Amino acid sequence: MSSSIHKALFHKRLEGPQTLGKGKGFWSGFLLVLVAACAYPLFADGYDVGNNIYFFNWVFMALGLCLIWGYGGILSFGQVAFFGIAGYCYGIFTINWGAAYGLTLISLALAVGVAGLVAAVLGYFLFYGRINGVFLGIVTLSFTLVCERFMAQTAGPQWTVGSARLNGFNGMGGMPPLTLPWFGNDIVLYPDVQLYYLTLALLVAIYLGLRVLLNSRFGNVLVALRDNPERAEMLGYDIRRYQLVAFVIASMLAGLSGALYTAWGQYITPSSMGMTAAALPIVWVAVGGRGDITTALVGTLLVLAGFQALTVYGSQYALVLMGALLVVTVLAAPQGLVMGLANFCARLWRKPKGEGTRQ
Amino acid sequence: MAFLSDLFAFLYQAGDAFAFLVLAACGLAIVFGMMGVINLAHGEFILCGAYVCATTARMGLPLPLAVLSGALVAGLVGMILERLVIRHLYHRPLDTIVATWGISMIATQGTLIVLGSTLPGTGTPLGSFSMGGYSFSLYRLVLIGMALATLLGLYLLFTRTRFGVLARATIQVPHMAQALGINTGFVYSLTFGLGAALAGLAGGLYAPTMTLVPTMGSAFLVEAFVTVVVGGADIFLGTAPAAAILGVIKAALTSWYGQLAGQIGLLLTAIVMIRVMPRGLSGWLLRERS
Repeated sequence: MSSSIHKALFHKRLEGPQTLGKGKGFWSGFLLVLVAACAYPLFADGYDVGNNIYFFNWVFMALGLCLIWGYGGILSFGQVAFFGIAGYCYGIFTINWGAAYGLTLISLALAVGVAGLVAAVLGYFLFYGRINGVFLGIVTLSFTLVCERFMAQTAGPQWTVGSARLNGFNGMGGMPPLTLPWFGNDIVLYPDVQLYYLTLALLVAIYLGLRVLLNSRFGNVLVALRDNPERAEMLGYDIRRYQLVAFVIASMLAGLSGALYTAWGQYITPSSMGMTAAALPIVWVAVGGRGDITTALVGTLLVLAGFQALTVYGSQYALVLMGALLVVTVLAAPQGLVMGLANFCARLWRKPKGEGTRQ
Repeated sequence: MAFLSDLFAFLYQAGDAFAFLVLAACGLAIVFGMMGVINLAHGEFILCGAYVCATTARMGLPLPLAVLSGALVAGLVGMILERLVIRHLYHRPLDTIVATWGISMIATQGTLIVLGSTLPGTGTPLGSFSMGGYSFSLYRLVLIGMALATLLGLYLLFTRTRFGVLARATIQVPHMAQALGINTGFVYSLTFGLGAALAGLAGGLYAPTMTLVPTMGSAFLVEAFVTVVVGGADIFLGTAPAAAILGVIKAALTSWYGQLAGQIGLLLTAIVMIRVMPRGLSGWLLRERS
């Protein structure tokens, strides 16, 4: 009895109407990928593993953008602003407080919190002002570019917070990497295998957490107000509150990306909030498929890997190709390439099965 | 006397900001306000106009003709893009943002690859005059005049010509216009081309005053969008008064604390304005009137 209740809850939350992927097939695939990701450092050089954490760092922002854009129907160009805000905050906090006693983890949490707070203030004006999708994109984009301009002009020595210099376009550096407090000696998480596992664990936790959130009442309402805001409102939901909460969660995820990125590379510049930086998350999520967090995640990793490979061979052309990819995706597969492919495979999969039951 | 010259200096700066906002925004306002297309490639049409104008001017074409050629080329490029991409997205307004942003990335980076990181410009013509202790560029007065002339021209175009009537009919009730024998596809194409040509005009007019770099479009884009957001859908009731208000705010903040303060001021004004009047100035004015 209790096991069936458990099973029902599990079905309702981890897999449900708002997320793709059900049943044994999907979850064994998920486990397989997870095992492969865990095993990867055993077969690779520590330096390469450290470098590849970079890919995971961005996925948090992509998942957040997928939540607000794909599920909430709100296109925000401002996600990189929260990336930058949290990145700079991580730098400012850790440079001032140092890395002892696990203060870097507290700094990380505070940096994400600051990003969430800024998002709450901005979002209050936007959503409670009932700004629709179009204007929202524009205001968030200009917010991002103003943040970039502001950080760009902080090169002078008067721009310091405590002992942290903001340094304008030279970028802020010298912040300590993440540390885990441990008996005797703190574990310092340089870009290496240990940081890889920490980032991977965070990623898995947040992916599963988002699945639960999306299949809960919150996710259902979010999708309802994306599909028909008036109807959702008639049914008694305060759509502004749901939009604001989704926006804050998405921005905190972008902030987590930023803080992790800064801790990983120990460096951040204003260009992380520039026009190009703002465009890239949109490309990842649109190309992968914004309608589902799994396709957005897979798409992000694929596009990032492709972008990286292109940058190695012809850096100039990478952005042109990204732009072309975006246009082609919007025209040919509005749901996203990964989503299109997934639908195609699902159709192939289902057909023989259906014939089998008919016999 | 010192007060008078200070006042003139402020009015001059506000007028300069007004002209910039009107010229940058009116193309966007037509495409967005009339067609509902959010064109993030607007800055790249401005870039196109500026580059064509600078190139033809250096080849010896007189500046007014060079500006005009910039506008024409941008308009043609706009019509081609409308046919290839935008046309398929009229019923998906949020996707126009994404697609036009893709186009903008291609255009910016493509310009960088083909033409390099900067293009030699032409000097600012007409010289300057001085008043009180200040010196003013005469060309900026021409720009203010051009902004007013553009507004007047658009008003006449949309209210007094056959194209204006057809365009407004097509955009308000497309299927009815089609049933009456209007080639609506062509009207859409022309309207989008008009928006792009106005962007090209802005680029051409400002080409002599700034450094020409592939990313210059984004400098126009944000301020243009802020103006359209504050103004709302209508050009004459929205964009023009919004540009006047924002021009004064921008000039005041810029002379007080520098360019960044001006930009932050514009953004804050936009956010507060949408909070107070969600449909922009024109939406508010129209409701008050009715």
